[in-house]
Amino acid sequence: MDVIIDEEKWLAEGIASVQQNAFYMLRAVDSDNLREALKYSAQMLSELRTSKLSPHKYFELYMRAFDELRKLELFFKDESRHGVHVSDLYELVQHAGNVLPRLYLLCTVGSVYMKSKEVSCKDILKDLVEMCRAVQHPIRGLFLRSYLCQVTRDKLPDIGSEYKGVGDSVLDAVDFVLQNFMEMNKLWVRLQHQGPAQVAEKREKERNELRDLVGKNLHILSQIEGVDLEMYRDTVLPKILEQVVNSKDELAQHYLMDCIIQVFPDEYHLQTLDILLAACPQLQPTVDIKTVLSQLMERLSNYAASSTEVSDHSLALLVSSFDTICLLTMSILQVLPEFLQVEAFAKLNNAIGKVIEAQIDMPIVGAITLYTSLLMFTLRVHPDRLDYVDLVLGACVRKLSGKPKLEDSRATKQIIALLSAPLDKYNDAVTALTLSNYPCIMDYLDNDTNKVMAMVIIQNILKNYTCISTADQVEALFELIKGLIRDIDESPGDELDEEDFKEEQNSVARLIHMLYNDDPDEMLKIICTVQRHIMTGGQRRLPFTVPPLVFSALKVNSLVRRLQGQDGEADGEEAPASPKQIFRLMNQTIEALSSVPSPDLALRLYLQCAEAASDCDLEPIAYEFFTQAFILYEEDIADSKAQFTAIHLIIGTLQRMAVFGVENRDTLTHKATGYSAKLLKKADQCRAVYACSHLFWVDEQDGIKDGERVLLCLKRSLRIANAAQQMANVTRGSSGPVTLFVEILNKYLYFFEKGNPKVTSSAIQGLVELIRTEMQSETSTPDQGTTAFFNSTLRYIQFQKQKGGLMGEKYDPVKL
Amino acid sequence: MEDNPSEVHDYLKTICPDLHVARGEYDEDARYPETKTLTIGQFKLGLCHGHQVIPWGDLDSLAMLQRQLDVDILVTGHTHQFTAYKHEGGVVINPGSATGSYSSITYDVNPSFVLMDIEGLRVVVYVYELIDGEVKVDKIDFKKTTAPQSPH
Repeated sequence: MDVIIDEEKWLAEGIASVQQNAFYMLRAVDSDNLREALKYSAQMLSELRTSKLSPHKYFELYMRAFDELRKLELFFKDESRHGVHVSDLYELVQHAGNVLPRLYLLCTVGSVYMKSKEVSCKDILKDLVEMCRAVQHPIRGLFLRSYLCQVTRDKLPDIGSEYKGVGDSVLDAVDFVLQNFMEMNKLWVRLQHQGPAQVAEKREKERNELRDLVGKNLHILSQIEGVDLEMYRDTVLPKILEQVVNSKDELAQHYLMDCIIQVFPDEYHLQTLDILLAACPQLQPTVDIKTVLSQLMERLSNYAASSTEVSDHSLALLVSSFDTICLLTMSILQVLPEFLQVEAFAKLNNAIGKVIEAQIDMPIVGAITLYTSLLMFTLRVHPDRLDYVDLVLGACVRKLSGKPKLEDSRATKQIIALLSAPLDKYNDAVTALTLSNYPCIMDYLDNDTNKVMAMVIIQNILKNYTCISTADQVEALFELIKGLIRDIDESPGDELDEEDFKEEQNSVARLIHMLYNDDPDEMLKIICTVQRHIMTGGQRRLPFTVPPLVFSALKVNSLVRRLQGQDGEADGEEAPASPKQIFRLMNQTIEALSSVPSPDLALRLYLQCAEAASDCDLEPIAYEFFTQAFILYEEDIADSKAQFTAIHLIIGTLQRMAVFGVENRDTLTHKATGYSAKLLKKADQCRAVYACSHLFWVDEQDGIKDGERVLLCLKRSLRIANAAQQMANVTRGSSGPVTLFVEILNKYLYFFEKGNPKVTSSAIQGLVELIRTEMQSETSTPDQGTTAFFNSTLRYIQFQKQKGGLMGEKYDPVKL
Repeated sequence: MEDNPSEVHDYLKTICPDLHVARGEYDEDARYPETKTLTIGQFKLGLCHGHQVIPWGDLDSLAMLQRQLDVDILVTGHTHQFTAYKHEGGVVINPGSATGSYSSITYDVNPSFVLMDIEGLRVVVYVYELIDGEVKVDKIDFKKTTAPQSPH
């Protein structure tokens, strides 16, 4: 606390003194008094000799003095005012008593001297950079050299620069900046040894704040136009790296490596990869080299991508009529050779291997991050080199091998990024399936993360409509997503979130629909592969996975049937993908579902298969499926509402089945009507029984027009409706569902119109009157719906009567 | 009117927040009713998946359901086959299957859906059907001639 308060005080005092001296200095300047101006400026600059301020505060003080020096420099420049030639002035300022003020003044005059072009810049620069060695205090030295940097940067001898005199060369500018850089870096590194050890952490933080003073030199170097690739490769980079490596300082190494990558152009990096990468393993083991290398790889891949875009664009302007494929090839060809020529991938891969080897303590997440960056690089620069991708994944597997499953969440996150990258790049999961090391990496993920990754893969397939079209691909895919297909460890994991589980299994279900091949034989292999995998899923997964598999299989069946139709003969029995075989497989599959137990779902699927078997003209198989459906109905479906729906589905399916001979059909219709009449609620019974009437009258099938049995069903449903009515009277004292009568009336009308001779106009007339009586009876309070239903039925009859023709004639006897 | 209740339900809500659903035979969600009626402008609409109406997809039987629900427009499904049928009592529309999923009733299901534009006494039904990779759009006009509840 005291230190901070003291520092504030010292800074305030320093600033006050700077201001005061500056005031006198400027007054001397105004009266063109050089001697006084020098005296006060030296006094002002003496304030920078303090050792009491932290870098942050020192910077504040320095900036004050800096602003005043700008004004002094203007005065120096104007010889007419002070009457001293600049060369003499350069000598004169060296008489200042203290070294620090002397050097600040010397730099200021040096800048003016160079600007006058009366002297070789080379000599002045050399002079200044050498003289500054006199200050070895880290903070004072750093700021002094920073000042030197600032006042000389616009006068460096460079190509096209007006300050490039006869004897000067770009090399002089480079030497100057490099030397200043090296000196500053030494001061900066030495700063850590200043002061007591207990505040080391604070000091490192302060030191970090000063890093840009050092980095500024590199920035200036990058802006010297004369530094071409050759000079960069042969002089600049080796010297910088030498300094970086020799500093043996973690902070400096990390910052400067990063700085090199940021300030110099990408094409230079590409051409000097060897040199740059060779330095990496020589850095201190604690340096966060992965961030540096990732940065480098990102820049290089951006460079590759951007030059692709640029050339794309320019080419497109040139030959807009060209084929796009051709265009793309051309532009890639323009950039790629550069990367290929320098073997960028191999070098980076090699360097990463060495760095990981050298930094034994690097956490696993660091290594994976490095490989992820390398993968991104190769995906962008060499999208066609899948072998590179697999190589990177392989290196990752080697790093992970022999270690337990990852528990570090940052590491697993990185792995997800690593594994997602190829999917995102190619938008084609099939490509990922060809990477041999891909599943190996997934094995190192914990179960939860494994599932997350499996979902990423599935979502990618769904999003891109990727068609997985061979059994081998399906096998590889299910191996990848096995975390979703079955319980990996013994515990079924009750702690699972139900919503997540549903979402996962729904995604698997949608995935099954994406597995498709036009060729029935291959498709059958796919179905078998999927079946084998999902059967291991256990009771919670089967209800999600079996239905899509069944529908997929039934689709194959209609495909087979169509192909057979084309061939003209039904010799499908010998072919691998025969309908019989598919049905056998489905029978097993649905059976597993019914034992889960999921009887409602299993019953529906059996019925689907029965109908499909009917279409394939396979009576015994259709009968078998129907039998299974009935058994489920008898044994496993107990809920009355579920029974009502199930019996309707049974009737609806059976009504459409053309395959059955008289005997089988009789058995099944008998069962269906029997169960209909045994439903719990009277209204349900009534409705199911009248629905059964359709089992005996099928428009498309001439054989099935049994008017007698239709009428029996209708009469039976009437009796049930009557019974329901009476029950309602007894239990509730009011009339029951009149609507049932109206429904039955409509069924009468239906069969009447279809020409069933047993359904007569007088029966209809009777029903209409019965309903009228019911509705007017005292006990009944027919609801609005029933009245409307009846009215619209009557309207319909009226309409049919008025229609004329055969229908009108038929309805004529019905009087309303 | 398909399976996978909550996820698909949520998705459909993003298309239209005013969502009405009738229960399909694979729906486990008991929230969905077997039939539903609603009024839009001058029209009364009925929804029913259709597996309850035997014979499946039979227009005369659907017309009976329409009389029962007392609606001008009956929207139904189950067959995965687009149909629109005008008769004296109104219209029966089956928009087909939006995903073109398998059906034992219809072979080679073409994905289809309909949009209905209801204005005054007029309905224009736009049918979008995907046939061999191309979208075919059809338009069906229907005018309501009588008031819904003519006294008898």
